[in-house]
Amino acid sequence: MASNTLNESKQLATWYFTFAAILFGAQLLFGLIAAIQFVMPGFLFEVLDFSIVRMLHINALVVWMVFAMFGSVYWLLPDETGIDTVGIKIGKLLYWIFVAAIAVVVLVFLFIQVGPADQTTIWFITEGREYIEAPRWADIGIVVVALGFVGNLFLTGMKGKQTGIVTVLMADMIAFAGLYLAGMFFTDNISVDQYWWWWVIHLWVEATWEVFVGAIAAYGLITMIGAHRKVVEMWLWIEVAMLFGSGILGMGHHYFWIGTPEYWWEIGALFSALEPLPLVAMFVHVLYDWGKTQGAEMNAEHTTEDNMKSVIKNKPAFTWFVLNAFGNFLGAGVWGFFHTLPQVNLYTHGTQFTSAHGHLSFFGAYATILVGMMYIAVQGKNNIKVMHNTKASIWAVSLITGGVMGMTVALTIAGYVQVLVSRAQMGATWAGYFDGQAGLWFSQGMDWRLIMGVVTFIGFLFLAKDLLTTGKNPVHER
Amino acid sequence: MANKSVWSDNRFWQRTATWVTGFAAVLLIWLTFDTSAMISMGTDEDLTNGVTKRVPGPTVINYKIEYLMNARRGHEIPVIGGQNAEGTSAFQEKEKFFGRDDWSEEEARAMLHLGKLGSQAKNCMDCHTLLGNGAYYAPDLTKAWLDPAWGPEGSLQAMTGKNTKEEAMAEFLQHPSQYPTHERMMPDLGITAEEAIGLVAFLKHMSSIDTNGFPRNFGKMKGAVHGK
Repeated sequence: MASNTLNESKQLATWYFTFAAILFGAQLLFGLIAAIQFVMPGFLFEVLDFSIVRMLHINALVVWMVFAMFGSVYWLLPDETGIDTVGIKIGKLLYWIFVAAIAVVVLVFLFIQVGPADQTTIWFITEGREYIEAPRWADIGIVVVALGFVGNLFLTGMKGKQTGIVTVLMADMIAFAGLYLAGMFFTDNISVDQYWWWWVIHLWVEATWEVFVGAIAAYGLITMIGAHRKVVEMWLWIEVAMLFGSGILGMGHHYFWIGTPEYWWEIGALFSALEPLPLVAMFVHVLYDWGKTQGAEMNAEHTTEDNMKSVIKNKPAFTWFVLNAFGNFLGAGVWGFFHTLPQVNLYTHGTQFTSAHGHLSFFGAYATILVGMMYIAVQGKNNIKVMHNTKASIWAVSLITGGVMGMTVALTIAGYVQVLVSRAQMGATWAGYFDGQAGLWFSQGMDWRLIMGVVTFIGFLFLAKDLLTTGKNPVHER
Repeated sequence: MANKSVWSDNRFWQRTATWVTGFAAVLLIWLTFDTSAMISMGTDEDLTNGVTKRVPGPTVINYKIEYLMNARRGHEIPVIGGQNAEGTSAFQEKEKFFGRDDWSEEEARAMLHLGKLGSQAKNCMDCHTLLGNGAYYAPDLTKAWLDPAWGPEGSLQAMTGKNTKEEAMAEFLQHPSQYPTHERMMPDLGITAEEAIGLVAFLKHMSSIDTNGFPRNFGKMKGAVHGK
């Protein structure tokens, strides 16, 4: 991070991060509207209904994360490969195509919303399949952009130095792009529909995205505390083995009740129960190894008061990375395991319990590390040697983490009420559903979710302020 | 790294990762072939010949569908056209659907096609759950066709003033905000009369899918809350 001007790959990365942060804000705003609708159902009724708001909430989440992931790769590629990213001009062009396509899709979602029951709706308005509602034309666009991105990554990786991190990213990103194709067809058979739909959703968020996070964590550990590459990359490979080894067949936990045969109970239960294991391993082990060797050496060198300096080169980013290691384990691992066994899932499937898990896992596993990468980009862009926390950094991380934890607890309690009343007691009918929703603890859960959502949003405002201004703050060492 | 152990060798772990991933992927692909065969949609011939399919053919809408406990499997299963001696589908008892119980395979397929397209075009899944997947703002629709509330003595059927389950559901779908069932209402999504028939056919078909007993005890309990 010596040069004053960013190379083009890093510049493109900052564009990706900027748009990602904007979409992050949009995600939270739509989430707040949806949370208000749970408490006051008349809010924006037949203007901007829950279905649309919720769709935008989740699509904004998915897209901001994809943007931040692309940004992270463009950021680390020159550092890892030692060369300029190949085909960066095309990368920049694809960025603008991607942004424009998203703007069109969002405007159509907001103002056209639904269409007649024919293929034109599927092609031009909405595909109506949760998480991947983007109409078919946009699907094709996404595949083109993703292939362009994978092309940049491969050409650069093959020409420059091919580190373990780059190798993992190359294998992972081609799977990531290819899997999207599994979600691009229409069938009358809803069981077949959902079977392949999970190939996109599950194999993204519980396999390829997790491995991506492993690679980013490895890069972060090397850049921020100077951990030994050999140790970090060894753990990365172990993590890849464990993540893919459990995650690919862990898909079985989505195949319990969609018409698929019973053997998925055993496969899904076994492999998804193993999924939490790798999530905290690399980070803890690398820190442990690092502490015993390098940390101890550095400690020995800095014995006087003067020299007692932290070795972490980017405090706010490191905070978010630490949160990632534990948030991933807690949100994806613990909250996921709560309801992954079929005996439990029979009652929890499709309740607020799932929603509680969704909130903490996407935050813990992905939002945290991607925000960390944004801080690394701010550091690099502003030529900062050691980046410190500002007040806003601390407010941001505290309010966002506290808010998301609060929402998760509130949704978990609401989920318990729903599981016990709507499912176990009342047998899941229309009347049973609303009996559950009317429970006092359920509605209190929804109130607290809204309050904690507001807390999260205030945290986001601090984060936005910090990301925009901390680069020029004199507290950092340059 | 003074110790040259295989456990601290990156090449070893890289190969392990490759093999484990390859093995898991191959197993998943193999299982996908097996599952795909088991969840392919049945035909009218299957129904007339008494062949049980996990996803029956579209003409299942001509039959009476129930969701009954099966002793051997230990959970409820869809029972089509009455129960036989083993407690599974007898494929005998018909049930009129919009006045007919002789919808041809082509007609039924067209209705199901329209209904499935409609379920996507109207974003059903972003409020409801289908087969338990979707959003949690509105009731699960997996077995909605079998909900007692839409039955002859049900409050939802009475509310629409219609005499059959399918007509009541179709009426509700076309004018949902005229029939508030709860403070949280379904919005008007511009569903036409034809689309509504398709959607009801889609719901009836979905209720006949073998979901391994999900949801448990559907429609079996009444008034459990507050001991009503």
